Amino acid sequence: MLKKRIIPCLDIRDGRTVKGIHFENIQDAGDPVELAERYMSEGADELIFLDITATVEKRKTLIQLVSQIASVVQIPFTVGGGIQQTDDVRSLIDAGADKISINSAAFLKPKLISDIAAIFGSQCVVVAIDTFFNGEDWYVCLNGGRTPTEVKAEEWAKMASSSGAGEILLTSMNKDGTKSGFALDITSKIVDAVSVPVIASGGAGNPEHFFEVFTKTKATGALAASVFHFGELTIPLLKQYLSDQKISIRL
Amino acid sequence: MIAILKYNAGNIFSVNHAVLALGYKTVVTDNPDVLLKAEKVILPGVGEASSAMKYLSEHSLDVVIRSLTQPVLGICLGMQLLCSSSEEGNTFCLGKFDHKVKKFPPKDLVPHTGWNSVHNLKGELFRNINPGADFYFVHGYYAESGAQTIAETEYILPFTSAMQHDNFFGTQFHPEKSGKIGLFLLKNFLSL
Repeated sequence: MLKKRIIPCLDIRDGRTVKGIHFENIQDAGDPVELAERYMSEGADELIFLDITATVEKRKTLIQLVSQIASVVQIPFTVGGGIQQTDDVRSLIDAGADKISINSAAFLKPKLISDIAAIFGSQCVVVAIDTFFNGEDWYVCLNGGRTPTEVKAEEWAKMASSSGAGEILLTSMNKDGTKSGFALDITSKIVDAVSVPVIASGGAGNPEHFFEVFTKTKATGALAASVFHFGELTIPLLKQYLSDQKISIRL
Repeated sequence: MIAILKYNAGNIFSVNHAVLALGYKTVVTDNPDVLLKAEKVILPGVGEASSAMKYLSEHSLDVVIRSLTQPVLGICLGMQLLCSSSEEGNTFCLGKFDHKVKKFPPKDLVPHTGWNSVHNLKGELFRNINPGADFYFVHGYYAESGAQTIAETEYILPFTSAMQHDNFFGTQFHPEKSGKIGLFLLKNFLSL
Protein backbone atom coordinates (compact mmCIF):
# COMPACT_ATOMS: atom_id res chain seq x y z
CA MET A 1 0.00 0.00 0.00
CA LEU A 2 1.18 3.50 -0.85
CA LYS A 3 2.35 5.35 2.25
CA LYS A 4 1.54 8.84 3.46
CA ARG A 5 4.67 11.00 3.41
CA ILE A 6 6.25 12.97 6.25
CA ILE A 7 8.33 15.75 4.77
CA PRO A 8 10.64 18.04 6.73
CA CYS A 9 11.20 21.35 5.00
CA LEU A 10 14.45 23.27 5.26
CA ASP A 11 14.28 26.97 4.45
CA ILE A 12 17.75 28.00 3.35
CA ARG A 13 19.29 31.44 3.59
CA ASP A 14 22.97 32.04 2.84
CA GLY A 15 23.68 28.32 3.15
CA ARG A 16 22.04 27.93 6.60
CA THR A 17 18.68 26.50 7.62
CA VAL A 18 16.39 29.23 8.97
CA LYS A 19 12.85 29.43 10.27
CA GLY A 20 10.46 32.32 10.79
CA ILE A 21 6.87 32.79 11.89
CA HIS A 22 4.44 34.10 9.27
CA PHE A 23 7.48 34.32 6.96
CA GLU A 24 9.10 36.83 9.39
CA ASN A 25 11.37 36.85 12.50
CA ILE A 26 13.93 34.54 10.92
CA GLN A 27 15.95 32.30 13.32
CA ASP A 28 18.97 30.08 12.57
CA ALA A 29 18.16 26.35 12.62
CA GLY A 30 21.45 24.74 11.67
CA ASP A 31 23.53 23.28 8.86
CA PRO A 32 21.25 21.97 6.08
CA VAL A 33 23.48 19.03 5.12
CA GLU A 34 23.68 17.79 8.73
CA LEU A 35 19.95 18.27 9.23
CA ALA A 36 19.16 16.47 5.97
CA GLU A 37 21.25 13.45 6.99
CA ARG A 38 19.65 13.41 10.42
CA TYR A 39 16.11 13.54 9.02
CA MET A 40 16.88 10.81 6.51
CA SER A 41 18.22 8.50 9.23
CA GLU A 42 15.19 9.29 11.42
CA GLY A 43 12.83 8.14 8.66
CA ALA A 44 11.80 11.25 6.71
CA ASP A 45 10.13 10.14 3.47
CA GLU A 46 11.30 13.10 1.44
CA LEU A 47 12.96 16.46 2.00
CA ILE A 48 12.24 19.91 0.63
CA PHE A 49 14.78 22.72 0.49
CA LEU A 50 13.52 26.22 -0.24
CA ASP A 51 16.12 28.89 -0.84
CA ILE A 52 14.36 31.96 0.49
CA THR A 53 16.89 34.52 -0.63
CA ALA A 54 17.77 33.05 -3.98
CA THR A 55 19.38 35.71 -6.14
CA VAL A 56 21.48 35.37 -9.25
CA GLU A 57 24.78 35.74 -7.40
CA LYS A 58 23.74 33.20 -4.74
CA ARG A 59 22.68 30.57 -7.28
CA LYS A 60 26.12 28.96 -7.47
CA THR A 61 26.16 28.51 -3.69
CA LEU A 62 22.77 26.81 -3.83
CA ILE A 63 23.92 24.43 -6.55
CA GLN A 64 26.99 23.49 -4.51
CA LEU A 65 24.74 22.87 -1.52
CA VAL A 66 22.41 20.69 -3.62
CA SER A 67 25.27 18.49 -4.79
CA GLN A 68 26.55 18.19 -1.19
CA ILE A 69 23.08 17.11 -0.09
CA ALA A 70 22.72 14.68 -3.01
CA SER A 71 25.96 12.94 -2.15
CA VAL A 72 24.81 12.05 1.38
CA VAL A 73 21.02 11.79 1.10
CA GLN A 74 19.42 8.66 -0.41
CA ILE A 75 15.79 9.78 -0.28
CA PRO A 76 14.00 12.00 -2.80
CA PHE A 77 14.44 15.72 -2.36
CA THR A 78 12.94 18.83 -3.90
CA VAL A 79 14.70 22.17 -4.30
CA GLY A 80 12.97 25.51 -4.78
CA GLY A 81 13.63 29.21 -4.67
CA GLY A 82 14.27 31.68 -7.45
CA ILE A 83 13.71 29.33 -10.39
CA GLN A 84 12.84 31.49 -13.41
CA GLN A 85 13.61 29.32 -16.43
CA THR A 86 14.30 25.78 -17.58
CA ASP A 87 18.08 26.35 -17.44
CA ASP A 88 17.80 26.94 -13.67
CA VAL A 89 16.04 23.59 -13.42
CA ARG A 90 18.68 21.79 -15.43
CA SER A 91 21.49 22.93 -13.15
CA LEU A 92 19.59 21.82 -10.03
CA ILE A 93 18.68 18.43 -11.52
CA ASP A 94 22.25 17.94 -12.74
CA ALA A 95 23.44 18.72 -9.21
CA GLY A 96 21.26 15.85 -7.92
CA ALA A 97 17.83 17.29 -7.05
CA ASP A 98 14.94 14.91 -7.82
CA LYS A 99 12.28 17.57 -8.15
CA ILE A 100 12.15 21.34 -8.29
CA SER A 101 9.58 23.63 -6.75
CA ILE A 102 8.32 26.78 -8.42
CA ASN A 103 6.09 29.41 -6.91
CA SER A 104 5.80 33.07 -8.01
CA ALA A 105 7.51 32.54 -11.38
CA ALA A 106 4.95 29.86 -12.31
CA PHE A 107 2.06 32.10 -11.27
CA LEU A 108 3.36 34.97 -13.37
CA LYS A 109 4.20 32.69 -16.33
CA PRO A 110 2.26 29.40 -16.19
CA LYS A 111 3.97 28.24 -19.39
CA LEU A 112 7.07 27.68 -17.23
CA ILE A 113 5.28 24.66 -15.72
CA SER A 114 4.61 22.99 -19.08
CA ASP A 115 8.08 23.90 -20.35
CA ILE A 116 9.75 22.19 -17.38
CA ALA A 117 7.37 19.22 -17.52
CA ALA A 118 8.07 18.72 -21.24
CA ILE A 119 11.81 18.44 -20.65
CA PHE A 120 12.09 16.77 -17.25
CA GLY A 121 8.66 15.16 -16.79
CA SER A 122 5.72 16.19 -14.61
CA GLN A 123 7.01 14.06 -11.73
CA CYS A 124 9.80 16.57 -11.27
CA VAL A 125 7.63 19.72 -11.08
CA VAL A 126 6.21 20.77 -7.72
CA VAL A 127 4.12 23.93 -7.80
CA ALA A 128 4.22 25.63 -4.40
CA ILE A 129 1.23 27.78 -3.53
CA ASP A 130 1.27 30.15 -0.55
CA THR A 131 -2.29 30.97 0.39
CA PHE A 132 -3.94 33.30 2.90
CA PHE A 133 -7.49 33.48 4.22
CA ASN A 134 -8.87 37.02 4.01
CA GLY A 135 -11.95 36.30 6.10
CA GLU A 136 -13.97 35.06 3.13
CA ASP A 137 -11.81 32.83 0.94
CA TRP A 138 -8.26 31.60 0.36
CA TYR A 139 -6.15 33.65 -2.06
CA VAL A 140 -2.73 33.19 -3.64
CA CYS A 141 0.17 35.15 -2.21
CA LEU A 142 3.47 35.68 -4.03
CA ASN A 143 7.10 36.50 -3.23
CA GLY A 144 7.40 34.50 -0.03
CA GLY A 145 4.11 35.83 1.24
CA ARG A 146 4.80 39.51 0.67
CA THR A 147 2.53 40.10 -2.33
CA PRO A 148 -1.16 39.22 -2.04
CA THR A 149 -3.13 38.58 -5.23
CA GLU A 150 -6.85 38.49 -6.02
CA VAL A 151 -6.69 34.98 -7.46
CA LYS A 152 -8.29 32.19 -5.45
CA ALA A 153 -5.92 29.37 -4.45
CA GLU A 154 -8.31 26.76 -5.81
CA GLU A 155 -8.39 28.36 -9.29
CA TRP A 156 -4.62 28.59 -9.46
CA ALA A 157 -4.14 25.01 -8.21
CA LYS A 158 -6.44 23.71 -10.97
CA MET A 159 -4.58 25.67 -13.60
CA ALA A 160 -1.16 24.58 -12.28
CA SER A 161 -2.26 20.96 -12.28
CA SER A 162 -3.63 21.09 -15.82
CA SER A 163 -0.43 22.85 -17.00
CA GLY A 164 1.66 19.84 -15.98
CA ALA A 165 2.49 20.20 -12.28
CA GLY A 166 3.22 16.77 -10.80
CA GLU A 167 2.46 17.85 -7.26
CA ILE A 168 1.04 20.81 -5.33
CA LEU A 169 2.71 22.05 -2.15
CA LEU A 170 0.05 24.06 -0.37
CA THR A 171 1.13 26.38 2.46
CA SER A 172 -1.40 28.19 4.57
CA MET A 173 0.21 31.45 5.61
CA ASN A 174 -2.37 32.02 8.33
CA LYS A 175 -1.21 28.75 9.91
CA ASP A 176 2.51 28.87 9.12
CA GLY A 177 4.54 28.82 12.33
CA THR A 178 1.48 28.86 14.60
CA LYS A 179 1.56 25.14 15.55
CA SER A 180 -2.25 25.16 15.64
CA GLY A 181 -2.82 22.47 13.01
CA PHE A 182 -3.02 22.33 9.22
CA ALA A 183 -5.65 24.37 7.33
CA LEU A 184 -7.95 21.42 6.69
CA ASP A 185 -10.65 23.29 4.74
CA ILE A 186 -8.46 24.68 1.97
CA THR A 187 -6.30 21.54 1.85
CA SER A 188 -9.38 19.43 1.30
CA LYS A 189 -10.73 21.81 -1.32
CA ILE A 190 -7.47 21.77 -3.29
CA VAL A 191 -7.08 17.98 -3.09
CA ASP A 192 -10.56 17.58 -4.55
CA ALA A 193 -9.93 20.17 -7.25
CA VAL A 194 -6.75 18.67 -8.73
CA SER A 195 -5.63 15.29 -10.08
CA VAL A 196 -2.13 15.34 -8.59
CA PRO A 197 -0.80 14.67 -5.07
CA VAL A 198 -1.09 17.53 -2.58
CA ILE A 199 1.32 18.17 0.28
CA ALA A 200 -0.20 20.08 3.20
CA SER A 201 2.02 22.66 4.85
CA GLY A 202 1.77 25.26 7.60
CA GLY A 203 0.59 24.79 11.15
CA ALA A 204 2.01 21.41 12.23
CA GLY A 205 2.47 21.42 16.00
CA ASN A 206 1.81 17.90 17.26
CA PRO A 207 1.18 14.33 16.01
CA GLU A 208 -2.61 14.78 16.15
CA HIS A 209 -2.35 17.51 13.53
CA PHE A 210 -0.77 15.03 11.11
CA PHE A 211 -3.45 12.44 11.95
CA GLU A 212 -6.11 15.07 11.23
CA VAL A 213 -4.71 16.12 7.88
CA PHE A 214 -4.37 12.48 6.74
CA THR A 215 -7.86 11.46 7.86
CA LYS A 216 -9.88 14.62 7.17
CA THR A 217 -8.28 15.40 3.79
CA LYS A 218 -6.80 13.26 1.03
CA ALA A 219 -3.40 14.98 1.24
CA THR A 220 -0.69 12.38 0.52
CA GLY A 221 2.07 14.26 2.31
CA ALA A 222 2.43 16.61 5.24
CA LEU A 223 5.24 19.06 5.66
CA ALA A 224 6.69 20.64 8.77
CA ALA A 225 9.78 22.60 9.64
CA SER A 226 10.18 24.25 13.03
CA VAL A 227 8.75 21.40 15.11
CA PHE A 228 11.41 19.12 13.63
CA HIS A 229 14.29 21.63 13.62
CA PHE A 230 13.88 22.53 17.27
CA GLY A 231 13.22 18.95 18.39
CA GLU A 232 9.66 19.50 19.67
CA LEU A 233 8.56 16.59 17.55
CA THR A 234 10.74 13.72 16.37
CA ILE A 235 10.04 11.83 13.16
CA PRO A 236 10.28 8.30 14.69
CA LEU A 237 7.74 9.14 17.43
CA LEU A 238 5.45 10.89 14.96
CA LYS A 239 5.52 7.98 12.53
CA GLN A 240 4.99 5.40 15.26
CA TYR A 241 1.98 7.39 16.50
CA LEU A 242 0.47 7.58 13.00
CA SER A 243 1.10 3.90 12.39
CA ASP A 244 -0.59 3.05 15.74
CA GLN A 245 -3.55 5.11 14.53
CA LYS A 246 -3.71 2.88 11.40
CA ILE A 247 -2.39 5.50 9.01
CA SER A 248 -0.43 3.88 6.18
CA ILE A 249 3.10 4.98 7.02
CA ARG A 250 6.65 3.74 6.37
CA LEU A 251 8.42 2.73 9.59
CA MET B 1 34.67 -1.48 -11.32
CA ILE B 2 30.92 -0.82 -11.47
CA ALA B 3 29.84 0.75 -14.75
CA ILE B 4 26.86 3.08 -14.77
CA LEU B 5 25.49 3.55 -18.26
CA LYS B 6 25.56 7.14 -19.42
CA TYR B 7 22.65 7.88 -21.74
CA ASN B 8 19.90 10.46 -22.18
CA ALA B 9 18.05 9.53 -18.99
CA GLY B 10 18.34 11.37 -15.72
CA ASN B 11 19.18 10.31 -12.20
CA ILE B 12 22.70 9.08 -12.95
CA PHE B 13 24.15 11.29 -10.22
CA SER B 14 22.12 9.66 -7.44
CA VAL B 15 22.88 6.11 -8.57
CA ASN B 16 26.57 6.90 -8.78
CA HIS B 17 26.59 8.40 -5.28
CA ALA B 18 24.71 5.49 -3.76
CA VAL B 19 27.20 2.98 -5.22
CA LEU B 20 30.14 5.13 -4.08
CA ALA B 21 28.60 5.35 -0.60
CA LEU B 22 28.75 1.53 -0.46
CA GLY B 23 32.50 1.68 -1.04
CA TYR B 24 32.65 0.57 -4.68
CA LYS B 25 34.54 2.22 -7.53
CA THR B 26 32.35 3.47 -10.34
CA VAL B 27 32.65 4.71 -13.88
CA VAL B 28 29.85 6.56 -15.65
CA THR B 29 30.34 5.61 -19.28
CA ASP B 30 28.87 4.85 -22.70
CA ASN B 31 32.09 3.24 -23.92
CA PRO B 32 31.30 -0.35 -25.09
CA ASP B 33 34.72 -1.73 -24.04
CA VAL B 34 34.39 -0.34 -20.52
CA LEU B 35 30.82 -1.66 -20.23
CA LEU B 36 31.81 -5.13 -21.45
CA LYS B 37 34.72 -5.37 -19.00
CA ALA B 38 32.94 -3.98 -15.91
CA GLU B 39 32.17 -6.34 -12.99
CA LYS B 40 28.58 -5.10 -12.89
CA VAL B 41 26.56 -2.74 -15.04
CA ILE B 42 23.72 -0.48 -13.89
CA LEU B 43 21.16 1.08 -16.26
CA PRO B 44 19.71 3.99 -14.30
CA GLY B 45 16.71 5.79 -15.59
CA VAL B 46 14.24 8.57 -15.34
CA GLY B 47 12.89 9.54 -18.71
CA GLU B 48 10.77 8.46 -21.63
CA ALA B 49 11.03 4.98 -23.21
CA SER B 50 10.99 5.72 -26.95
CA SER B 51 13.56 8.53 -26.82
CA ALA B 52 15.78 6.44 -24.52
CA MET B 53 15.62 3.41 -26.89
CA LYS B 54 16.26 5.66 -29.88
CA TYR B 55 19.36 7.02 -28.16
CA LEU B 56 20.59 3.52 -27.26
CA SER B 57 20.21 2.19 -30.81
CA GLU B 58 21.73 5.29 -32.42
CA HIS B 59 24.80 4.76 -30.23
CA SER B 60 24.78 0.95 -30.78
CA LEU B 61 24.41 0.55 -27.03
CA ASP B 62 21.37 -1.74 -27.49
CA VAL B 63 23.64 -4.43 -28.96
CA VAL B 64 26.21 -3.94 -26.20
CA ILE B 65 23.62 -4.20 -23.40
CA ARG B 66 22.07 -7.38 -24.88
CA SER B 67 25.49 -9.02 -25.02
CA LEU B 68 26.47 -8.34 -21.39
CA THR B 69 27.23 -11.49 -19.38
CA GLN B 70 28.00 -9.96 -15.97
CA PRO B 71 25.19 -9.01 -13.53
CA VAL B 72 23.17 -6.09 -14.91
CA LEU B 73 20.65 -4.03 -12.93
CA GLY B 74 18.07 -1.87 -14.67
CA ILE B 75 16.41 0.72 -12.45
CA CYS B 76 12.95 2.17 -13.19
CA LEU B 77 13.04 3.14 -16.88
CA GLY B 78 16.24 1.03 -17.08
CA MET B 79 14.19 -2.01 -16.04
CA GLN B 80 11.41 -1.18 -18.49
CA LEU B 81 13.94 -0.88 -21.32
CA LEU B 82 15.06 -4.46 -20.59
CA CYS B 83 11.48 -5.68 -21.16
CA SER B 84 10.09 -6.75 -24.53
CA SER B 85 8.04 -3.64 -25.30
CA SER B 86 6.53 -0.54 -23.74
CA GLU B 87 3.27 1.25 -24.41
CA GLU B 88 5.17 4.47 -23.74
CA GLY B 89 5.75 5.73 -27.27
CA ASN B 90 4.90 2.18 -28.58
CA THR B 91 8.50 1.13 -28.15
CA PHE B 92 10.27 -2.15 -28.89
CA CYS B 93 12.68 -2.61 -26.03
CA LEU B 94 15.76 -4.76 -25.37
CA GLY B 95 13.80 -7.98 -24.82
CA LYS B 96 15.87 -9.42 -21.97
CA PHE B 97 12.66 -9.87 -19.95
CA ASP B 98 9.46 -11.31 -21.44
CA HIS B 99 7.32 -8.71 -19.69
CA LYS B 100 5.35 -6.06 -21.53
CA VAL B 101 5.21 -2.55 -20.08
CA LYS B 102 1.77 -0.95 -19.96
CA LYS B 103 0.25 2.36 -18.93
CA PHE B 104 -1.51 2.45 -15.56
CA PRO B 105 -5.28 2.77 -15.94
CA PRO B 106 -6.19 6.22 -14.53
CA LYS B 107 -8.13 4.83 -11.55
CA ASP B 108 -5.93 6.65 -9.03
CA LEU B 109 -3.23 9.29 -9.17
CA VAL B 110 -0.71 8.54 -11.92
CA PRO B 111 2.30 8.51 -11.81
CA HIS B 112 2.47 6.14 -8.87
CA THR B 113 4.70 8.24 -6.64
CA GLY B 114 5.98 7.49 -3.17
CA TRP B 115 6.91 4.69 -0.80
CA ASN B 116 5.19 1.37 -1.34
CA SER B 117 5.79 -2.16 -0.12
CA VAL B 118 7.17 -5.17 -2.00
CA HIS B 119 5.82 -8.73 -1.62
CA ASN B 120 6.39 -12.29 -2.93
CA LEU B 121 10.14 -11.71 -2.83
CA LYS B 122 12.43 -14.19 -4.55
CA GLY B 123 16.14 -14.62 -5.15
CA GLU B 124 19.41 -13.10 -4.09
CA LEU B 125 18.48 -9.48 -4.81
CA PHE B 126 16.12 -9.59 -1.80
CA ARG B 127 18.43 -11.57 0.47
CA ASN B 128 17.67 -10.58 4.12
CA ILE B 129 14.93 -8.15 3.02
CA ASN B 130 11.54 -8.80 4.57
CA PRO B 131 8.30 -8.90 2.59
CA GLY B 132 6.47 -5.63 3.16
CA ALA B 133 9.63 -3.50 3.04
CA ASP B 134 9.01 -0.06 1.52
CA PHE B 135 10.86 1.30 -1.50
CA TYR B 136 10.49 4.57 -3.40
CA PHE B 137 8.58 4.52 -6.70
CA VAL B 138 7.85 7.11 -9.36
CA HIS B 139 6.41 5.76 -12.63
CA GLY B 140 3.39 6.02 -14.88
CA TYR B 141 3.94 2.68 -16.68
CA TYR B 142 4.23 -0.78 -15.11
CA ALA B 143 5.38 -4.27 -16.07
CA GLU B 144 2.84 -7.08 -15.82
CA SER B 145 3.60 -10.03 -13.58
CA GLY B 146 5.14 -13.11 -15.18
CA ALA B 147 7.56 -16.00 -14.73
CA GLN B 148 10.50 -13.60 -14.27
CA THR B 149 8.82 -11.60 -11.50
CA ILE B 150 10.82 -11.61 -8.24
CA ALA B 151 8.80 -8.97 -6.37
CA GLU B 152 5.29 -7.58 -6.62
CA THR B 153 3.67 -4.35 -5.47
CA GLU B 154 0.06 -3.24 -5.44
CA TYR B 155 -1.05 0.12 -6.83
CA ILE B 156 -4.25 0.31 -8.87
CA LEU B 157 -3.38 -3.32 -9.72
CA PRO B 158 -0.67 -5.82 -8.74
CA PHE B 159 2.43 -5.24 -10.86
CA THR B 160 6.05 -6.42 -11.07
CA SER B 161 8.29 -4.34 -8.86
CA ALA B 162 11.40 -6.45 -9.58
CA MET B 163 12.37 -9.09 -12.10
CA GLN B 164 15.25 -11.36 -12.97
CA HIS B 165 16.27 -13.45 -15.95
CA ASP B 166 19.73 -15.05 -15.91
CA ASN B 167 22.24 -12.25 -15.20
CA PHE B 168 19.71 -9.46 -15.80
CA PHE B 169 17.90 -7.84 -12.87
CA GLY B 170 15.44 -4.99 -12.82
CA THR B 171 13.70 -2.92 -10.14
CA GLN B 172 10.77 -0.62 -10.83
CA PHE B 173 11.54 1.27 -7.61
CA HIS B 174 14.61 3.42 -7.05
CA PRO B 175 16.97 1.66 -4.60
CA GLU B 176 19.24 4.73 -4.71
CA LYS B 177 16.34 6.82 -3.34
CA SER B 178 15.02 4.26 -0.86
CA GLY B 179 17.18 5.12 2.13
CA LYS B 180 18.85 2.33 4.13
CA ILE B 181 16.85 -0.57 2.67
CA GLY B 182 17.61 0.68 -0.84
CA LEU B 183 21.35 0.70 -0.14
CA PHE B 184 20.98 -2.78 1.33
CA LEU B 185 19.40 -4.06 -1.90
CA LEU B 186 22.09 -2.37 -4.00
CA LYS B 187 24.69 -4.08 -1.84
CA ASN B 188 22.98 -7.42 -2.48
CA PHE B 189 23.30 -6.75 -6.21
CA LEU B 190 26.87 -5.50 -6.01
CA SER B 191 28.01 -8.54 -4.00
CA LEU B 192 26.54 -11.08 -6.47
